[in-house]
Amino acid sequence: MNEITTTRHNHLIDPTLHAWGWEIPVYLFLGGMVAGMMLISGYFLFKGRHEEKNCSCYYLPYMSLVLLSIGMFALFLDLEHKLYVWRLYTTFEITSAMSWGSWILVLVYPILFASILLRPPKMLTDKFPIVAKWQKGFLEKPSWIKSLGVLTMFFGAGIGLYTGVLLSSLGARPLWSSSILWLLFLISGLSGAAAFVHVIAKDAYERVLLAKADNAFLIIELFVIALFIIGLKTATEVQASAADLLLVGKFAAGFWVFVIGLGIIIPLFIQMLAVNNKIHHTPLAPLMVIVGGLILRFVIVSAGQYSHWFALN
Amino acid sequence: MARYGMVIDTTKCVGCQDCVIACQAENNVPEGFCRDWITTEAKGKFPTIELEIRTERCNHCTDAPCVSCCPTGASHYHDVGGVVLVNHDECIGCKACIASCPYDARYVHPEGYVDKCTFCIHRVEKGEDPACVSVCPTHCMYFGDLDDPNSEVSKLLQSRRNHSLLPEAGTKPNIFYLT
Repeated sequence: MNEITTTRHNHLIDPTLHAWGWEIPVYLFLGGMVAGMMLISGYFLFKGRHEEKNCSCYYLPYMSLVLLSIGMFALFLDLEHKLYVWRLYTTFEITSAMSWGSWILVLVYPILFASILLRPPKMLTDKFPIVAKWQKGFLEKPSWIKSLGVLTMFFGAGIGLYTGVLLSSLGARPLWSSSILWLLFLISGLSGAAAFVHVIAKDAYERVLLAKADNAFLIIELFVIALFIIGLKTATEVQASAADLLLVGKFAAGFWVFVIGLGIIIPLFIQMLAVNNKIHHTPLAPLMVIVGGLILRFVIVSAGQYSHWFALN
Repeated sequence: MARYGMVIDTTKCVGCQDCVIACQAENNVPEGFCRDWITTEAKGKFPTIELEIRTERCNHCTDAPCVSCCPTGASHYHDVGGVVLVNHDECIGCKACIASCPYDARYVHPEGYVDKCTFCIHRVEKGEDPACVSVCPTHCMYFGDLDDPNSEVSKLLQSRRNHSLLPEAGTKPNIFYLT
C-alpha cells in the first residue's frame, strides 16, 4: 500500500494538473499543420514547380500565415499575464524550448512573406509598384527560389519539431518524456497538411501525389506511435503507467477510437482504395486525418498533464 | 555561495498546518491557494504500516526545470542562497514552469503571474527564519545553508536518516526529510 493524501488545493494543479486547456492543443495542431504546409510548399519550390500555374506553393503561404496567426492567438489566449507577452522578445533563453519557439515563429513570417512575393496579390502590386519589381527580380533568379524552398522546408521542420520538443522538454510529465515526440508531431503535421492540400489542390498531379504521400505519412505515423508507446512501456514505472493512460486508461477511448481508428487506419484504408483507383477520391478521408491530428494533440496534452511522477494507481 | 535548504523532522511533524497559515499570512497568499501544504503518506503492508506526515513546498532545486524552461527568465536563482524565485514583472503566465515541476509546487496567482514558496527570502535576508519555520509548534523545521558543514541543517543531515522527494526526477531538491 502507498496512500498519499494532501491538503493542497490549488486551482489548475489539483487534484491533477490541468494548467493547459484547449488553447495549447489547438496551437500545437495548427503549428504542426503549418509545418507540414511549409515542408510541402518548400519542396515544390525546390523542385521548380512554381512554374506550374496552379502550384500549391502559391496559396499555401497565405494559408500558413492565417493558420499560424490563429495558432499564435490561441497561445496568447492561454497566457495568464497577457499584457506581458512582449517579454518573450526581450530575451533569448537558450535552455527554454518555448523561447526557441517564439523566436522561430517570428522568423517564419518573413519566409512566408518572401514566398508570397513569388505571386503577390494584385492589390499589393497596384498600390506598391516596387513589390512587382521585387517579384520580377525574384522570378529571374531560380537559385533564389531554390534557396527559398530550402529555407521554407528548414523553418517548417523547425516549427514541426519544436511543437513536440516543447512538451518533451518538460520531463516532470512522464508521458511527454520521450525523445520521439517531436517526430510524432512532425509526421502528424505532415500527414494533416498533405491531407489538406490533397483536398484543396487545383493541380491534378499534386492531388494524386499528396494522397500517396499522405498514405506514406500515415503508415510512418503508426510506426512512430508504436515506438513512442514501446519507449514508454520499457522505461521507468511512471512512464509505463503514463503509456497505460493511452492504452487502457482514462484516455484510451480518445486514443484508440479517434486518433488510431478514425484518424489513421480508416482514412488510410479509404485513401489506399482511392489511389489504387478502386473508389473515387473523397474529402472524407483527409478530413478524418485532420481531425485525428487535432485530437492527437488534445489527447497527448491532456494525458501528459495527468501523468505524474507519483504512483498513478 | 550559500545553498539554502530546509530539513524537516517527520517524527515531530503533527500536520497542524500552522506553517501553511503562517505562510499565507506572511506572504499574502490569495484565498484558496497555498504555497506550502501537508502531505500524509501511508506505506507498507499491515501490520507494518509506516505513516509519514510532512510539510511540503517548492524544493528550490539546484537543477530546477522551472528555471531552465522559462522563456522570459522570470524564473531564476536568487543571488542569495540559490533560492528559486519568480520575477512577477517578467512572468507571462505561460505555465511551462508549472508543467515542468515534478512537485506541482507552483500555481497561477489570480493577478496572472506564477507564484510559489520563496523561502521567505525577505525575512531570510534580514537574518530571520522563513515564516513557516518560525511558527512551527513542534520545532520540526530547520532552515540554513546546506553547503556549510557547521550549519544545523548540515549536522542534522549528517547524523540522521533522511530522504528528499523524488530524487529520481534529477532536479537536486534542497528540502530533506528526517525519518
